Amino acid sequence: MLLRHTNKEIKPRKALTVNPAKTCQPIGAMYASLGIHNCLPHSHGSQGCCAYHRSALTRHFREPVMAATSSFTEGSSVFGGQANLVQAINTIFTTYEPDIIAVHTTCLSETIGDDVNQIAIKAVKDGKVPEGKHVIHASTPSYVGSHVTGFSNMTKAMAMYFSKSTGTPNGKFNIIPGYVEPSDMAEIKRLVKGMGITPILFPDTSNVLNGPMTGKYNMYPDGGVTAEELTATGDSIGTIALGATASADAARALDTRWKVPCQVQDLPIGLGATDRFIDALRKAAGVSVPDSITGERGQLLDIITDMHQYFYGKKVALAGDPDHLIPLVEFLLSIDMMPVHIVTGTPGKNFEKRIREMTDHLPYPVNVKAGGDLFQLHQWIKNEPVDLLMANTYGKYMAKDDDIPFVRMGFPILDRVGHSYFPTVCYKGGIRLLEKILDALLDRLDRDAPEESFELVL
Amino acid sequence: MSDTIKDTKTIKPGGVDTLDPEKIKKELLSRYPAKVARKRSNQIMVNKKDDTGKTPVMGANVRTVPGIITQRGCSYAGCKGVILGPTRDIVNITHGPIGCGFYSWLTRRNQTRTASDADDNYMPYCFSTDMQDEDIVFGGEKKLKAAVQEAYDIFKPKAISIFSTCPVGLIGDDVHAVASEMKEKLGINVFGFSCEGYKGVSQSAGHHIANNGIFKNVVGKDDSIKEADYKINLLGEYNIGGDGFEIDRILDDCGISVVSTYSGNSTYDQFANSHTADLNTVMCHRSINYVADMMEIKYGIPWIKINFIGGNSTAKSLRKIAEYFGEEALIQRVEAVIEAEMPEVERVRLAVKKRCEGKVAMIFVGGSRAHHYQDLFNEIGMRTISAGYEFAHRDDYEGRRVIPDIKIDADSRNIEELKIEKDDDKYRARKTDAEIAALKAKGFEFKDYKGMSIDMENDALLIDDISQYETEQLLKLYKPDLYCAGIKEKYAIQKSGIPMKQLHSYDSGGPYAGFKGAVNFYKEIDRLVNSKVWDYLEAPWQTNPELSAKYGWE
Ligand code: SF4
Ligand code: SF4
Repeated sequence: MLLRHTNKEIKPRKALTVNPAKTCQPIGAMYASLGIHNCLPHSHGSQGCCAYHRSALTRHFREPVMAATSSFTEGSSVFGGQANLVQAINTIFTTYEPDIIAVHTTCLSETIGDDVNQIAIKAVKDGKVPEGKHVIHASTPSYVGSHVTGFSNMTKAMAMYFSKSTGTPNGKFNIIPGYVEPSDMAEIKRLVKGMGITPILFPDTSNVLNGPMTGKYNMYPDGGVTAEELTATGDSIGTIALGATASADAARALDTRWKVPCQVQDLPIGLGATDRFIDALRKAAGVSVPDSITGERGQLLDIITDMHQYFYGKKVALAGDPDHLIPLVEFLLSIDMMPVHIVTGTPGKNFEKRIREMTDHLPYPVNVKAGGDLFQLHQWIKNEPVDLLMANTYGKYMAKDDDIPFVRMGFPILDRVGHSYFPTVCYKGGIRLLEKILDALLDRLDRDAPEESFELVL
Repeated sequence: MSDTIKDTKTIKPGGVDTLDPEKIKKELLSRYPAKVARKRSNQIMVNKKDDTGKTPVMGANVRTVPGIITQRGCSYAGCKGVILGPTRDIVNITHGPIGCGFYSWLTRRNQTRTASDADDNYMPYCFSTDMQDEDIVFGGEKKLKAAVQEAYDIFKPKAISIFSTCPVGLIGDDVHAVASEMKEKLGINVFGFSCEGYKGVSQSAGHHIANNGIFKNVVGKDDSIKEADYKINLLGEYNIGGDGFEIDRILDDCGISVVSTYSGNSTYDQFANSHTADLNTVMCHRSINYVADMMEIKYGIPWIKINFIGGNSTAKSLRKIAEYFGEEALIQRVEAVIEAEMPEVERVRLAVKKRCEGKVAMIFVGGSRAHHYQDLFNEIGMRTISAGYEFAHRDDYEGRRVIPDIKIDADSRNIEELKIEKDDDKYRARKTDAEIAALKAKGFEFKDYKGMSIDMENDALLIDDISQYETEQLLKLYKPDLYCAGIKEKYAIQKSGIPMKQLHSYDSGGPYAGFKGAVNFYKEIDRLVNSKVWDYLEAPWQTNPELSAKYGWE
């Protein structure tokens, strides 16, 4: 047994987290920054955090993830990191030549109380920021929230730094895709464009973290939202934020500052949430939905009808980020699966409330926890076994020990490929999700079938 | 037959040897701001070996310039991740916000094997106090105490350790006070590490803090003497990809018994008992040579440098251990093992060498591997034309003899140096002075290791704490056939069309130590440098962009 110390007896825990279902803010900020064209993320703290965040993102995407660090020593920890950051800005612009440096803080610089805004202003004054180049920043203390919070903070920061209003609407639509895969971002753009709407999608890691192999390394890949696009977000017709935790803040900030009306929608995972997203877009932009998109919806529906018998009544345990889990649970319920244990590491009351609203009427008990961990989830599973587990790669230790069919979903995925290339959002993504769920369930069915009932046709 | 591996250096006509390394160094520095260039120029050296074995003075173990994209991590990573990560039966609690603990959770490929499920193994677990706002503001000691209590209540481990992350030091939490209070209360060993990430300049500081902690808090707690011949400790072996298992297999075949490995596949009890070994063998000297020194002073265990990377090096190391014990039975058994193992190593080596001969590699990792792995490349006829360490000190480049000359700067001064004295009860001289002298007279080397530079060609480029920018320039200028580094560098190198091998985690491969490991490594390098994938980089329409169509029936 891998997790041999995990047993059924649930003892109260207030102080000890065991096997977290979240990680820290800066990695989300770093990921968001990579979705800006010609931008180098910068970690203001000691170099360990930066090394860890780069490694984790690299393992997940299997792509180069570049970021610089202020390399604090004990001295900077005592006297503050201003000198380090000013020097870093100079070194970066001279050596790595980005257009934008996106600075996020770490627990260390936050605890010291470094004022990154002031330092950035000083760097400009000292002539360390070349003409036409930018230093943007977000405060990302990890003792608040989770990696999703960090993503949200940096997304808001990029909008607030660049956006302007000329007073003339540009006819575009801001879409904030949330902490999703590059493939998901590309898919959302495809659908929005398919409806005849010009999106400004930010951040946008498609063609950054799923780039091609060409034999030529390019530190700043083709993808990413540009500074011009970010500037134009203040002139857009509206903003749709996908996912309350990762995207709402940026959308609301644009609304408050430039009166760009915003809506916060769930991430379009599964049928219902995608329907709402497309419908909201249609209404907000005053366009009609093309038959091709309705056709994709029909294909998703087709699979649900064809394979419903395999979904029906299957118990599922889930761990992930709130923005993913809310529509995912809704989707599973809509195909008559039974989500019974649901954990996110990200704290926040809204998550439990939303899940309760969806599950309260069910004839079976549902365990749900925000700010929980995988140890807790595993103990729930020991007490009430499930037919399927959906979680990031760390879930595979539970899946192996308890022999549970397992679908990898969320961040990080460290042992498989595909997530950066094939979306799980919108209708096509829904199809992929169902395919993955069915593969897991049907492989199990085949594996366990007695010879006499081993079937060719399922 | 056993010694058939010879160093073979085939100089490629033209190729890299036409490049002037001094010019390349200039090129690498040309883009930096003046101050940065000055600093970096102390860490980029063109190798020159003089008659006395002196090599260039390397500006190693100094701060990374802010803004440089560095390979380095922090002292917490070195302490919790590297040194204590591979020990399976201690509950390691990270005291800090969630990230530090999360990232050091199962990411290092340390393998461990227990006899049965009844044995403790916490390696698949991550324990953290997940500090929140209020803990930062009001202090986290209360939460830490509660976390230790909960860990005890739920898991009943034999020991609990606490690792400090950056904020902990700043807010003034005293993890050692908490540890001793809880030790008293729970009646198990509880100890803390002040390994805040800002200490020192790299992981290396964390190795030191971890090893000091183990030495102070665990070593010497169990005096029982194991019934076995030839008892050694293996220091600086972390069982990445199963290296330690392969070494254990070979030692076992030789009849040599390992009391404790620091720290691959290790347990608390092994550390506690490790002072009963009769010889310390040091593999990665960077991370642990001081422990060998401390054990010698306190308990009387002599130490030697060994290296199990490479078929030849493995054979040499085994012979050295046998020579130390000096018993004919052991010497013969070691020879028999070498003779049994080497034919397969030779068969694969020669086959692979045909396809790899003359190719050039670059290695930028760690604190000893950039050196050790050159043996394996030599064995298949590949040259290492540029190499450097991520967190080494001067002695790792220039040899142990320079240690007295190393200046201690402000960043190293905050790493505790233990004052060690002879333990009158437990000290036991393993050899008489006469025996030691006799061995030395035969050329047997105690407490010494060579630097990397002396084993490299003149004109090879030595680069300490290489930056991303320098890496890219090297690739452009030298176009090496293989580049070895870590996960953060991996994909930028591969995207440049150059095969890349991770030598921290071995990608998904290993073991690479010992005889079987050498075979694995030869094959892996063959796979990498001769992969077909590099031929597919251009699509047909990129090689032949003209549009005139030809139809099959024309
Ligand atoms: S110190 Fe904070 S920012 Fe750095 S890795 Fe730990 S939790 Fe993340
Ligand atoms: S916070 Fe400090 S201890 Fe944690 S990863 Fe960052 S540098 Fe290392």
